[in-house]
Amino acid sequence: MIAALDAWPFVIAAYAVAVIATIGLLGFSLAALRRAEGRADALDRQSKN
Amino acid sequence: MHRFANPARFVRLARPLTAWFGWIGVGLVALALTGGLMLTPPDYLQGDTVRIMYIHIPSAWLGMAGWGGIAAASFAQLVWRHPLAHVAARACAVPGAVYAAICLITGSIWGRPTWGTWWEWDGRLTSMLILFFLYLAYIALAQAAGREEGGQRIAAIFGLVGAINLPIIHFSVLWWRTLHQGESIGLTGSTIDERILWPIPISVVGFSLIFLSVVLMRMRALLAEAKVEARLRRMASA
Repeated sequence: MIAALDAWPFVIAAYAVAVIATIGLLGFSLAALRRAEGRADALDRQSKN
Repeated sequence: MHRFANPARFVRLARPLTAWFGWIGVGLVALALTGGLMLTPPDYLQGDTVRIMYIHIPSAWLGMAGWGGIAAASFAQLVWRHPLAHVAARACAVPGAVYAAICLITGSIWGRPTWGTWWEWDGRLTSMLILFFLYLAYIALAQAAGREEGGQRIAAIFGLVGAINLPIIHFSVLWWRTLHQGESIGLTGSTIDERILWPIPISVVGFSLIFLSVVLMRMRALLAEAKVEARLRRMASA
């Protein structure tokens, strides 16, 4: 076991990667959903008028 | 399963589930990571680096489960021609690739202080890297296929064939005894001390619910895009 290295920078880096990637995945997916459903709703309204 | 073949019925069900899965998942992940960082003791051998497993294990599980989802949906597409199967398979691909990448990166970060190296061409690491590349190939293939049925079938066959890699990843630690540790959590129990173990199932369930929420969002987005495309085509031909 390599005891000379301080563990916390590695732990923090790993958590940061996972948390940022998960938030990014949720954010991008939500934005894509809003965009796609917004376009579909706009077309629905347009065809009703 | 064919009850949900109607996209409108599926979307009605998926809309509340997306939010519920997302919020419960975020809550569970927050609880597990807080516990993993602050409440569990350090490992007697690895010290504090062991805390990386609370994100590494769920991301490895989801990297593999994502491809399991692609394979199951591809099977449903090829055998039952379920109309939502291709949409479900496509929706699993990006989150699966993201979690496979998180698994590789966090594993590499964990490897440096424990093994003394960022990377080793070990059976488990290499088969996981292959899974990540399979995801990239599937995403490109499914994107290129678009709404064309022949292309979608090729993507489904690729999704099924790629599933061969899943047992290879799972058994790699038994077949090739190299650097990656053997199985420490199985169906019959765990070799990990209970004081360190408890956040793992919470983290796995939490990240899985977030994954499901993302898959539902992507399925709804793909269905909405298909609806817009069909309507524009009808308007153009009218």
